[in-house]
Amino acid sequence: MLFKKPQVAFYPFMVLRDDYKCVRCKSCVDQCSFNATYYDEDLDAILNHHENCVNCKRCEAFCPTDAIKVVKNPSTFHPDANWTAEAIRDIHTQMLTGAVILTSTGNDKPIRNYFDHLLLDACQVTNPPIDPLREPMELKTFIGRKRDDIQFDEDGINIKTKIGKQLELEIPVIFSAMSYGSINLNLQKAMARAAKEFGTLWNTGEGGLHKSLKEFKDCTIVQVASGRFGVDLDYLETSAAIEIKIGQGAKPGIGGHLPGEKVNEGIAETRMIPVGSDAISPAPHHDIYSIEDLRQLIYALKEATNYEKPVFVKIAAVHNVAAIACGIAHAGADAIAIDGVRGGTGATPKSLRDHVGIPIELAIAAVDDRLRKEGLRNEVSLIAAGGFRSAVDVLKAIALGADAVYIGTVAKIAAGCTQCQQCHTGRCAWGITTNDPKLAKRLNPDIVAENLYNLLRAWAHDIKELLGAMGINAIESIKGNRLRLRSWGLTEQENKILGVLPAGM
Amino acid sequence: MERKLMKVYPIEENCISCRYCEVACTMVHSESQDPVKAYKLEGLKPRPTVEVKGAVSISVMCRHCKHPFCFDACISGAITVDENGKVNLDEDRCVGCWNCVLVCPFGAAHPFVERKHSFKCDLCEERGFPACVEACPNRALIYDFER
Ligand code: SF4
Ligand code: SF4
Ligand code: SF4
Repeated sequence: MLFKKPQVAFYPFMVLRDDYKCVRCKSCVDQCSFNATYYDEDLDAILNHHENCVNCKRCEAFCPTDAIKVVKNPSTFHPDANWTAEAIRDIHTQMLTGAVILTSTGNDKPIRNYFDHLLLDACQVTNPPIDPLREPMELKTFIGRKRDDIQFDEDGINIKTKIGKQLELEIPVIFSAMSYGSINLNLQKAMARAAKEFGTLWNTGEGGLHKSLKEFKDCTIVQVASGRFGVDLDYLETSAAIEIKIGQGAKPGIGGHLPGEKVNEGIAETRMIPVGSDAISPAPHHDIYSIEDLRQLIYALKEATNYEKPVFVKIAAVHNVAAIACGIAHAGADAIAIDGVRGGTGATPKSLRDHVGIPIELAIAAVDDRLRKEGLRNEVSLIAAGGFRSAVDVLKAIALGADAVYIGTVAKIAAGCTQCQQCHTGRCAWGITTNDPKLAKRLNPDIVAENLYNLLRAWAHDIKELLGAMGINAIESIKGNRLRLRSWGLTEQENKILGVLPAGM
Repeated sequence: MERKLMKVYPIEENCISCRYCEVACTMVHSESQDPVKAYKLEGLKPRPTVEVKGAVSISVMCRHCKHPFCFDACISGAITVDENGKVNLDEDRCVGCWNCVLVCPFGAAHPFVERKHSFKCDLCEERGFPACVEACPNRALIYDFER
């Protein structure tokens, strides 16, 4: 290609346009935010710079005459299981830029998805299933520290034991942390509204809480991360719970960097930093080098908020996650959030996204086991995150031992995301992970809030159907109930870690 | 005259410049009722036009003004105002002087040069509900009574 490095010609995607159907409305030209589509006046034709196309499918979705299909470039490298197109292209990128390859979303490598190897049970003959449309079925979930002992009044009916603050969820599904900056306010607004209406929570992420969202106080988890963006007493108090973010599944062990050019007035005000300055979250919290330090921060936050807010600690699922989780429980957290290797992000080095961490399924099982062994399971709630795709995944996670599940990617997909892995560029054509005003307005919070509400409603129905088939009428009864799971195609060792029997046993 | 007119109101903050309004309009005003044929065989053009400048985009169509300049300027009597205040353009009576095109402050009356008449939004009278409003995917057009 003229004036380009030769490797640029090996682009991964192509835009096919049925020129006969194209009416030159130029919608595609306007929708493409990656400079991959243009109109040539002299030729009166819509043309493409295929090398810029990221397969976001925005043009395809918005062509009024269905004239566009975005496809994989049929020109391939020589088929080779080791030297895949991705491996070759990555070398090209690095040899041309001399830089780490940045990417976004979650791990896209075929790391075994254990949810797909787990099967649920159902009742037949000897125990009756329950019809969720006829009989009450409860998905209510309480997050927070419980007690092992329960004492009753003399009458033996009323419970005397006092327990700490509990968060009441109508469905064990919470919108996961996505900061204002990494996503725009429109998506945060939509999540907050859907959470409030359905009776669950959303999470601010590490970018502070915009003043327009303060009204959602009672369904907001405010995050305190290593950059401490937007943290003050008012922030901590405008919440249902506080989450200390130590790490996230898509980039365990590293911090974050929101480039200055993305820090507009709203973001600057919310993060409490100057407009245009880089927002850097250090890799570690500089005041946390041990479980004791973590305990200090947990109690500092509790003290500041009068012991009224449950404090969560979020970590990435790394190799010794079970021991770390125990430490966190000992440190006094009310909930531990664990983000698995498939967790998403707005920006991460590709090498970290794809190769660091462990699958959330194994982490849930290991952490739940360890907490039980140490007698700590009731002390702390367990929230699993990272790659949940459906109500079935949620239910399987709960059967493995989680109390609730965080969903982030699902919310983005419900807002239009096609997983094109370009969040880090800030050019999201669907208006999700961008604060460019032209793009951000593509996301109408009213529409997305409705979509998210529908999604939660659908998942609740799904979970109820599955529970009913198992003869269970409350989500509480399946929690950690691995006897109702069977596996297929796993090794003995994997079954042992998951604590499930193979199908047929 | 008491005006009880429903009009199409564009909402700039929601408009994503997708041109669905343009193409839907063109399609429903065609013989073929097919968007491709409407543009390519019938040579039709959209009545709303999407104006884009940076992040600002808005679909502009006839406002059915209270004091329509086009009505005043029309030399052939093709433009009339009905009892509800709806501004009608009779394409058969239009002689193509383009006075309405020149005076419309919104640029909502367009010249159909090949057919020698002007054309503009008719609020989808035949159809009953404006096609642009129905097609808009981001709720950037609403059909409501005058405020
Ligand atoms: S959106 Fe479709 S019809 Fe419009 S210019 Fe692009 S290809 Fe042609
Ligand atoms: S809108 Fe997306 S899919 Fe379409 S050409 Fe641009 S980058 Fe490619
Ligand atoms: S259909 Fe709606 S969003 Fe699309 S250009 Fe027209 S008014 Fe704007």
